[in-house]
Amino acid sequence: MREVAAQFERPAILFSGGKDSITLVRLAQKAFYPGKIPFPLVHVDTGHNFPETIEFRDKLVAELGLELIVGLVEDDIRAGNVKEETGKYASRNALQTVTLLNTIERNKFDACIGGARRDEEKARAKERIFSVRDDFGQWDAKKQRPEMFDMLNGRIEIGENVRVFPISNWTELDVWNYIKEEAMDIPSIYFAHQRQVFDRDGMIWSDSEFINKSEDEVPYEKTVRFRTVGDMTCTAAVDSTADNIDTIIDEILEAEISERGARIDDKRSEAAMEKRKQQGYF
Amino acid sequence: MDILRIATAGSVDDGKSTLIGRLLYETKSITKDKIEALEAASKRKGLDFTDLSLLTDGLIAEREQGITIDVAHIYFNTPQRKYIIADTPGHFEYTRNMVTGASNASVSIILIDSRNGVSEQTKRHYYISSLLRVEEVIVAVNKMDLVGYDQSRFEEIKADFEAAVGKSGFEGQKITFIPISSLYGENITTKSKEMPWYGGDSLLSVLEGIENRQQRVGSEKVPARMGVQHVIRPKTEEYHDYRGYAGRISSGDLAVGDEVVALPGRQSSKIKTIEKFETQLQHAVAGDSVAVTLEDDIDVSRGNMLVKAGEEPEGRKALSAKVCWMDGTPMSAGKNYILQHGVNAQKAKVVSIDSVLDVEHLTESSERSEIALNEIGLIQLKTAGEIFADAYMDNPANGAFILIDPMSNNTVGLGFVQ
Repeated sequence: MREVAAQFERPAILFSGGKDSITLVRLAQKAFYPGKIPFPLVHVDTGHNFPETIEFRDKLVAELGLELIVGLVEDDIRAGNVKEETGKYASRNALQTVTLLNTIERNKFDACIGGARRDEEKARAKERIFSVRDDFGQWDAKKQRPEMFDMLNGRIEIGENVRVFPISNWTELDVWNYIKEEAMDIPSIYFAHQRQVFDRDGMIWSDSEFINKSEDEVPYEKTVRFRTVGDMTCTAAVDSTADNIDTIIDEILEAEISERGARIDDKRSEAAMEKRKQQGYF
Repeated sequence: MDILRIATAGSVDDGKSTLIGRLLYETKSITKDKIEALEAASKRKGLDFTDLSLLTDGLIAEREQGITIDVAHIYFNTPQRKYIIADTPGHFEYTRNMVTGASNASVSIILIDSRNGVSEQTKRHYYISSLLRVEEVIVAVNKMDLVGYDQSRFEEIKADFEAAVGKSGFEGQKITFIPISSLYGENITTKSKEMPWYGGDSLLSVLEGIENRQQRVGSEKVPARMGVQHVIRPKTEEYHDYRGYAGRISSGDLAVGDEVVALPGRQSSKIKTIEKFETQLQHAVAGDSVAVTLEDDIDVSRGNMLVKAGEEPEGRKALSAKVCWMDGTPMSAGKNYILQHGVNAQKAKVVSIDSVLDVEHLTESSERSEIALNEIGLIQLKTAGEIFADAYMDNPANGAFILIDPMSNNTVGLGFVQ
């Protein structure tokens, strides 16, 4: 965090309202304490978010007195920069990349701090802590800079930007243990609650107006929680009664399914994440 | 829980990715959905077994070619400790990524294919591990199933290895040899029934038994070094005159009341407070990220180094260093680079190339005028401003630097101060 503040002109924290980005905000708070966090938060809003996440985001920003910049996917759809997907699996998740890149360009961000972790997904496991993206926001896995010891090289040309992943080496469990240790607030959807859901492809989907359901997909009420928080169209719920941090940690310790197993966007193909990253996904 | 960092190394097709897949599988670190995905992917490829290497070879090009291109970081836990494995590429052209993976590891696992024996890459990887002063080296002789679990073959490779690497190790380094089969899980987490002649432990038992020394091997007592990353000046009413020097202690320890010197200014003061977020510490050690405030208002800015009075490193503008070259364009005398030592960056010029190492024969040639990709050489450098490095031998945490090409902005070399 301190290296980012020192090596770049206009850095930002990519903030989704999920547990990883909440952790980033806490780390930034610590790095500059008793000073203020010197970065704005950037949220790429698909318009299909869980309302609980947005509520949480606004509260956090107000509490810490931070600047919030929102990039709306809706704006890019209207401007004709991207086309809304159609059909049963329509999602705005892939469209986010374009909005993210536009937001970066508009605000001239040269470094974007993200909460990606190497344990999430195999393409993520290959990412450096300082990951250089070209003028088009693209990631080239074969051209990554060597990264030795703690020495980070953030030198870039105008137009390029760096994605920074301070919690690369944390695991899902590390994040939860940290949230517990620091007694941090997180959005309520991480805890078990009653919700209208329906079943599709062996996963539990949260019922919402953003998902095109077929006639046989009938919503019913169930106690669930979310293990990862993305867009409502790409995040599946898990059957769980864990309603506090300790029970969540126990549940993850015993889980047979990986965290990304509940991400519908990763299931599109074996290299879904890598392809999105090449395009500029965070 | 304590974290043991491991780097794997070996030639192409020695089975590193399979070994890691096997370790994860046997320690039950792979979730059900991932095993299912692996089984499906293996089937699609027409394999009649589950290809565990697909777990770590995450890039499209890697799966196409069946090789590892870049470092993957893999995590698993046992009840004893947490492990981070850097699965590094064996391919010669990706040696720089191997260095990236090994630079933070305290254990290096070098794989050898039992059919092929010691190769040039084996020697290169061992040499780099020694250069980095990785104190624990495990030589895993893999694919023992393909040589009929033959003891004499294992002993032969062990002898070859010892003869080949000769004196390129260092005092305090420990080498363990283990015969394994990643494909069948022999001697990985349990002792193999196929190789009753092997008296040692399984790979996992050896890893569990390794004492985790956070610091690389160096002199017994390391001096305190803290590079200043950022000066915290909140300028709020509550903290009107606050000036905190934030950074990570790279070696040694600092305590409230210690007399410190700020380099390069060489002004001294006493430590007033050491803070870690909202907690006040009396004492902080290597690895801690802290903010330090001083009794006096002396000149300290980013890139400076705080050290204890009486333990100041020599400020040098001329360095002798071993360099591991990682760029396609060779290094040659007369070229300019940016030398980054911790958070201190200075312009640097290569004065001379004294010798280049032939890793195959471990001989040094002084006839060369360039250091090419993946080669290691001894050079003389001149810097625009002072560098406060220790010799890497004495204090690894303050003895390494990177070289950046100002034209491409790429990190092109890793240096070890002599």
